[in-house]
Amino acid sequence: MSEATKPVVKDVTTMAAPVSLKFRARAGKDLSRFLRGMKERRIVGRVCPSCNYVYVPPRGACPTCGCPMGDERVLPETGTITTFCIVNIPFEGQKLKPPYVCASVLLDGADVALFHLVGGCDVNDVRMGMRVRAEWVDEADAELSLETIRYFVPTGEPDRPLAQIREHI
Amino acid sequence: MQQPIDGVLEAPYVMEYTYRRSLGPVMSAFFTALRDGRLLGARTASGKLVVPPLEWDPETGAAIAGLEPVAEEGVVTAATWVAAPEARHLLQEPFAYALIQLDGASTAMLHAVACASLEACPVGTRVKLVWSESRTGSLRDIRCFEPVK
Repeated sequence: MSEATKPVVKDVTTMAAPVSLKFRARAGKDLSRFLRGMKERRIVGRVCPSCNYVYVPPRGACPTCGCPMGDERVLPETGTITTFCIVNIPFEGQKLKPPYVCASVLLDGADVALFHLVGGCDVNDVRMGMRVRAEWVDEADAELSLETIRYFVPTGEPDRPLAQIREHI
Repeated sequence: MQQPIDGVLEAPYVMEYTYRRSLGPVMSAFFTALRDGRLLGARTASGKLVVPPLEWDPETGAAIAGLEPVAEEGVVTAATWVAAPEARHLLQEPFAYALIQLDGASTAMLHAVACASLEACPVGTRVKLVWSESRTGSLRDIRCFEPVK
């Protein structure tokens, strides 16, 4: 077939074949408390009465000791980056434009890191041990969601030595 | 997010992989023909007509001999009733899912039959293909089948 006589309408060469599972997710009692805290722009964790580890988000039972967790504890909005990665690859449903940084943030007083975003600085300036604080959305925009923290931003304080955070990585 | 009375938060959660797959020469021809309002089957070396087409002869694994047009009328060989269709279904009114062996075909294909009840679509019912008004190159280009009056 010559170029001139080729049909304008092209052949069908691909098909959409999505796989989708629809759930209703229940947050559970402790995560519900945490999410309600988010709406009030507070970070709620819980302390293990046996090993004194502070978990955030809180859990019903201590994963190490197996015992029911004890008191709730409101954590400060400052912390330290333990590990991080720079996301360079675009994908469907992505909310931020690459490159951006995902990081584990060890809040001051917590024993497990919270996974979140880092913003407010060049991605190449992010490092292990960097001090950060939560950047909240406006009060009116606060939701029952971890997205009530927009991201963590550098505080400018000196980095924490790796030796101090090593056991939490 | 809902706040049920027991204090535990609940929310819809959809996990989806938005795949798009390539069709290859045989299925590409099949779906292109559907878009153009024609139904194709695959003729195997042993003379069977496989509808919808397969890329390979299911009995020998050999490449198919070719694609050819298939009749738009056939016979129901099995049927089940969908009383409460979901949004993803082909028809939004209750319908029968049926295996339909088109005239001249050696295999039956699964599709929807628009009818009042399962009793209206027993095995042996003659049905006829109804094309969708707008066709895009998918199995939904066949809107449904309906019993031949």
